[in-house]
Amino acid sequence: MAVSTDPIDGTRLKEQFPLLSREVHGKPIVYLDSAATSQKPLSVLNAMDDYYRTINSNVHRGVYMIAEEATNRMEIARALVRDFIGARSSSEIIFTKNATEALNMVAQSWGRANLSAGDVVVLSHMEHHANIVPWHMLAAEIGIQLRWIPLDTEGRLDLTELDTLLDGAKVLSVTAMSNVLGTMNPVRTLTDAARKAGAISMIDGCQSVPHGTTNVQELGADFLAFSGHKMCGPTGIGVLYGREDLLEAMPPFLGGGEMIRDVRLDGFTTNDLPWKFEAGTPAIAEIIGLGAAVEWLNGVGMDNIRAHEVSLTEYTISTLHQRFGDRINIHGPTSALERGGVFSFDFDGLHPHDISQVLDQHAVCVRAGHHCAKPLMKLLGIGATARASVYVYNDTADIDALADALDATGAFFTL
Amino acid sequence: MPGLEDLYREIILDHYRNPRNRGELETPPAHRVEGFNPLCGDEIVLYLDLDADGRVADIRISGQGCSISQSSASMMSAAVKGKTVAEIDDLTRAFKAMMSIHENSLEGAETTEPIDAPDVKLGDLEALRGVVKFPVRIKCATLAWNTLAQGIEESSA
Repeated sequence: MAVSTDPIDGTRLKEQFPLLSREVHGKPIVYLDSAATSQKPLSVLNAMDDYYRTINSNVHRGVYMIAEEATNRMEIARALVRDFIGARSSSEIIFTKNATEALNMVAQSWGRANLSAGDVVVLSHMEHHANIVPWHMLAAEIGIQLRWIPLDTEGRLDLTELDTLLDGAKVLSVTAMSNVLGTMNPVRTLTDAARKAGAISMIDGCQSVPHGTTNVQELGADFLAFSGHKMCGPTGIGVLYGREDLLEAMPPFLGGGEMIRDVRLDGFTTNDLPWKFEAGTPAIAEIIGLGAAVEWLNGVGMDNIRAHEVSLTEYTISTLHQRFGDRINIHGPTSALERGGVFSFDFDGLHPHDISQVLDQHAVCVRAGHHCAKPLMKLLGIGATARASVYVYNDTADIDALADALDATGAFFTL
Repeated sequence: MPGLEDLYREIILDHYRNPRNRGELETPPAHRVEGFNPLCGDEIVLYLDLDADGRVADIRISGQGCSISQSSASMMSAAVKGKTVAEIDDLTRAFKAMMSIHENSLEGAETTEPIDAPDVKLGDLEALRGVVKFPVRIKCATLAWNTLAQGIEESSA
């Protein structure tokens, strides 16, 4: 297989990530779990630390200098996120505590205001629980119906019946990239089909936004949810992008401070977007940290990150197949151009917990389990998988370390 | 620092590679019960045949899971065969005590109250003592035992 040109030297980038210099069990850490959460560069840690050390104050209401600085820093971060995903206005960028909350906000606020018994929501078989359970909750509450886009044998969405599935549907909510299979879905095709059918589209961008250029205009998405901690930012901060007219018409999610314009004894009026959906003191340090993460990613270049991961994906798939042949089965599409750097695999018939336990002794961090995608696991006919995933700071040496550790795992259990 | 050899003792690997009492029993007379660990997808199906005296006449295990859950189930099946429900109850409490005393100490309580554990020889099951150093795996080791308790309860009901 021809190996793509890699514009990024992951080995050198590691120096900017303090955690990646530590050891576990006396060996240098090999972090291959970025699909669960990414590591954070020094610039992000410093931005958050700097906020607490120099301008810690509550935002938006203070008239003193540091409160204005904190407010400015937070709103600069919002503008950075806006430009990062090609949104037209900062009003369309809602900060949430994570992507799960963003998805729930759409199901609960938009859903309850616009859906009624019998209305159809279309999901896919590869969704994360966060894009399934909120709709199940709504189904239990108001009786909406769920339809499911099936998968083909290589773990891609099977779109042959898409128009039928969308017929009469009010919502299409799908992931841009599977956190288990790595499959990258044709988002524009999906959102176009939804629009044609008169449905709104919601895209779960948790696995796609950190790994390549995102433009909501090109995606044609009405809503996009993603998390900060998978894109070099801190935990506790997520983003809901929503088209301004949809957000304007949508009732507030949580009530409290910040989201109101006026409160009287007989009622309230809501604040302007985006604050209408940001009740209570926001995660100021985390928002500032996310802004720093966006700046860091922009500095590296999102197209470069995608090219790096395509190259690393080719290397991973060919290395694991060359070294282990039929002993390993990697789920999802075989072509690196159709997938991201997420590799769920079965190895030697071993249970994923046993694999990850032995890998840990070799300082190789991978995830084992159902990856919050139990309907997909059932479809694949397995209870769990081991999953390695790469990001901007990984290199071919990390993949070699994974292969060496798998070698040792196989030897350990088949003595 | 606990090493792999603490977790994967040779006897555990032996039970994992050569599980005892693997298979199914006809139901009835046997009773079928399923256990499930939602965290890792481990699944155990246990077939329990209690005779008129409340003694385990036969037991079979099927299902899938990690080496710890599978070997624990295998060792358990060997340990309870021919035993009465009362004897199994003692064994279960002794096994769980071995697990949970350490569970407590891992949660930071230095002076753990010893759980009221019957004075029962655990035999091969002692090999699973090392699991407590790997807290996330304790549930793997106890899955078969919880399933057995459920099976006995259902059979006796």
